Amino acid sequence: MSSYDTIIIGAGHNGMVCACYLARRGQKVLLLEAANEIGGLAAKREFFPEFQVSVAHSISHFSAKVAKELNLESHGFINPSCSLPTVGLNRNGEHVVLAHDEGGAASLSGVSEKDLASFKNYQTLMYRYAAMLKPFWGTVLPRIGVSGISKAMTYAKLGLKLRLLGKSDMREFMRIAMLPARDLMDEYFDNDLLKALLSWDALIGSKMAPRSPNGPVVSLLYRMGGDFEGAHYLPENGIESLIYSLRSVAEASGVETRTNFPVEKILIQRNESGLKVEGVTMPDGEIITATRVVSSADPHRTFIDLVGVENLEIQFANRIRRLRSEGYVAKLHLALHGEPKFNGLAGPEGRMIIAPTMDTIEFAYDDAKYGEFSRQPVMEVIVPTRYQSELAPPGKHVISAHVMYVPKMLKSKWSVDAREEIKNKTIDLLAQYSPGLKNLIAHAEFLTPEDIESNFRVTGGNWHHADHVIDQMFMMRPTYEAAQYSTPVPGLFLCGAGCHPGGDLMGAAGHNAAHEILKS
Amino acid sequence: MSDSNTVTVDPFEEERPKETHFHARMAVLNIRENWAAWNGYKLANYFYDAEYEYFCVRNGCGTYDICGMQKYFVTGKDAEAMLNRMVTRDISEMNIDRVTYLVWCTDEGRLIDDGTVFKLGHEHFMLTCGSPSLAWLEKSCYGFKDVSIVDMSEGIAALALQGPTSCEVLKKMGLKDIDTLKPFGIKHFPFGASQDKPLMVSRTGFTGDLGYELWIKPELALKMWDSLYDAGEDYHIQPFGEAALNMARMEAGFIMPLMEFNEALKTIHFRHDHTPFQLNLDWLVDFKKPHFNGRAALLREKHDGPEYTLVKLDIEGNKPAEECNVYSDKGCENEIGYVTSAMWSPVVKANIALAMVKTKYLKGEIWAEIYYNKELRSYTKVSRCTVKEKPFWTHSRSRATPPLPY
Ligand SMILES: Cc1cc2nc3c(=O)[nH]c(=O)nc-3n(C[C@H](O)[C@H](O)[C@H](O)COP(=O)(O)OP(=O)(O)OC[C@H]3O[C@@H](n4cnc5c(N)ncnc54)[C@H](O)[C@@H]3O)c2cc1C
Repeated sequence: MSSYDTIIIGAGHNGMVCACYLARRGQKVLLLEAANEIGGLAAKREFFPEFQVSVAHSISHFSAKVAKELNLESHGFINPSCSLPTVGLNRNGEHVVLAHDEGGAASLSGVSEKDLASFKNYQTLMYRYAAMLKPFWGTVLPRIGVSGISKAMTYAKLGLKLRLLGKSDMREFMRIAMLPARDLMDEYFDNDLLKALLSWDALIGSKMAPRSPNGPVVSLLYRMGGDFEGAHYLPENGIESLIYSLRSVAEASGVETRTNFPVEKILIQRNESGLKVEGVTMPDGEIITATRVVSSADPHRTFIDLVGVENLEIQFANRIRRLRSEGYVAKLHLALHGEPKFNGLAGPEGRMIIAPTMDTIEFAYDDAKYGEFSRQPVMEVIVPTRYQSELAPPGKHVISAHVMYVPKMLKSKWSVDAREEIKNKTIDLLAQYSPGLKNLIAHAEFLTPEDIESNFRVTGGNWHHADHVIDQMFMMRPTYEAAQYSTPVPGLFLCGAGCHPGGDLMGAAGHNAAHEILKS
Repeated sequence: MSDSNTVTVDPFEEERPKETHFHARMAVLNIRENWAAWNGYKLANYFYDAEYEYFCVRNGCGTYDICGMQKYFVTGKDAEAMLNRMVTRDISEMNIDRVTYLVWCTDEGRLIDDGTVFKLGHEHFMLTCGSPSLAWLEKSCYGFKDVSIVDMSEGIAALALQGPTSCEVLKKMGLKDIDTLKPFGIKHFPFGASQDKPLMVSRTGFTGDLGYELWIKPELALKMWDSLYDAGEDYHIQPFGEAALNMARMEAGFIMPLMEFNEALKTIHFRHDHTPFQLNLDWLVDFKKPHFNGRAALLREKHDGPEYTLVKLDIEGNKPAEECNVYSDKGCENEIGYVTSAMWSPVVKANIALAMVKTKYLKGEIWAEIYYNKELRSYTKVSRCTVKEKPFWTHSRSRATPPLPY
């Protein structure tokens, strides 16, 4: 007799979403988290006494369906009235600002009339495409080559959605979906800052730069499928409200959660009838049994480390080995004595992007892809305390920055000195936009992709657990034979960012996995 | 005029077939200079005459150079686990100094290659196979912590000695108690001045008769050849080439790559490869083993039954049915398969063939449309085929220990 219906490995937001759905349908669910905090990459942590921050610092497209079905709002996850402005920072204060008012109407400042007009066209089209793709992120995409009415319907629906766009829009979609971000931006706009700003969400998190092929526009449309049509936002009580509301729903649904509980191995029964998941084992040898195990750890960790290749097939294991999952985003966290001032901004408002041109991004990438520091990094900066003052003592502030491109595989190998060097370089750059910054710093933390890998147990420290690029998307995510949340090992399922539809705080992977499990 | 002091560089050096460790001796005996190549090594097609060599193997004994065969040492704590996941047979119960014949498949259960595993120690195996397989082995090792693969193809000289007098010859050569060696067993022998036992003998082969394979360091290869040929003088020892081997193996019912099967990793058309079930190798697929590569796919294949099955055919008449199609009717309207290898068998005195036939037609009539040539004129002939369950030819001495003296 198994003690649990389902054991879920990892209490990141996807593991929690999955746990909630299963428990609400009557399953006895045990959620195991290795860290001492729940939340995974979105966990709030104290990085300096009394200063708190989370690695993931804003939301672009958390699933409205999940929020509604799990009733997260009544548990404290409340959408703000307005999204964050995105600011393309300019050293002299001549910023480009893209903002949305409470009604969702966009306003763009700092660009020419011509770019403004192009932006309207660009936005109309992109929203249409984003809306068309949106239903598919929340759907289990059937295995290719397997017949069946409902499976055929899923693809027929995609075909239909494309048709409904009308002939010219459909053709245009087929054309631009695979364009490098740069080609798309050059086609529409003149302003360098604007181009860099708009391409940002097509690139961040994967090994991609403006000139990279491999479907960045699809990634961008993925992120534009959110409640604020692509604009990032912070829930009323910050990122933590997502995690805590999920915890509250999980508790109310009877999910049993244990932190400080690193799963050592997925326990697999091997006998004449083949393989079957039996539960998990802990480092001290303790065994917990369950009918099924659902892992929100990344595919590499799940299959290679927790399952073990002796239980996998050779070509499958090698496809997991070849998943591109090297992280290129690092985090800078600053504890500040006061509010940072940025040239030309009234306050440190919104999502500030330091990337003067698309070439700056490209060159930063070029250095990193050969294992070097970027000569001039690019970054996305938020001052979370501006929206949630409790994250620091009164009057004090926190800066959270996603820094690109910082290679997981540094040619000269990561060391304390190497980390110090890139940290100082990043601060120097940031100080060019916020001149008084250095005097405000009480403490600076820099998390390299390697740090993220070890602190958060994510292979490569990768944002999406595995790059969100076209050959690793849809029914190929993470790879065929495991793209429908079930895996080649009977009783083992996936539910993390490494599955369709991908990473970011979205909850769709956890939702889709639960749907698939409940169906079987 | 070239100066005698200048070294002339051979621009085709890399392209030329290499010489095996036994080449010096074989070259002398290769009267016809008829060389084929195997994995980049010169290998005789025949030395004097294929039929003659075949009769030597069947009536005396013959040597066949297997230096071109691929040999890999697989070692480490995880060596057994890694191999056992790769192959369809269960090798976990193997004893040290035993050999087993096996196959391995893709994830989809399609045959990659066949070969043998020698268990040389608890954490030491030797895998042999026909084609270079390092890439596949490297993939198979991925994720295992303690296993290493060393390609020994160049580092071990190997020679097969096959035929009814083979045991006698080895005895005469001084290999003590060789007659107690059981089929698929391994023994190690002193040789030359060496204190340890540098000569490894396995009772294995590819002719269906009594036979052995000898494994030794390259430095001792020629010395071993000489003592073998000294000992074999009165026993009709003769080198044989690929042509004679092909005849002998066909009579024994053994399969050959590029004849009976295509290696799955090398085919382009996804149904031009085979499953072990199609090749009648069900006995090599051990579903009692909880996991191995291709298990799930092979279970489905077992359940559904293979579309084609390799069968042994006894064909009327004496014209070898080489490269012909087979039909379910004498009028040759309904094609049901194709012949993979065919010959007139001198020992069985029958016209034999191996053929891939659609499984559902196996119970009915089978007709071969044979093409042959007589003094530049082509003829066609339709002959009735009978399916044989047993190998065309075997001999009890191949299984007896000690093998009966000949
Ligand atoms: C630097 C960085 C910045 C990011 N910024 C943003 C952002 O601003 N906005 C956004 O939307 N997204 C952001 N992301 C992406 C987002 O954080 C992730 O895609 C998302 O959090 C993935 O959620 P998850 O639940 O699938 O996995 P995770 O959050 O990674 O959770 C997996 C959990 O599994 C646990 N685990 C792993 N192995 C074991 C084990 N053996 N036993 C027990 N537990 C285990 C881990 O400890 C972890 O808690 C960022 C990512 C990175 C790397």
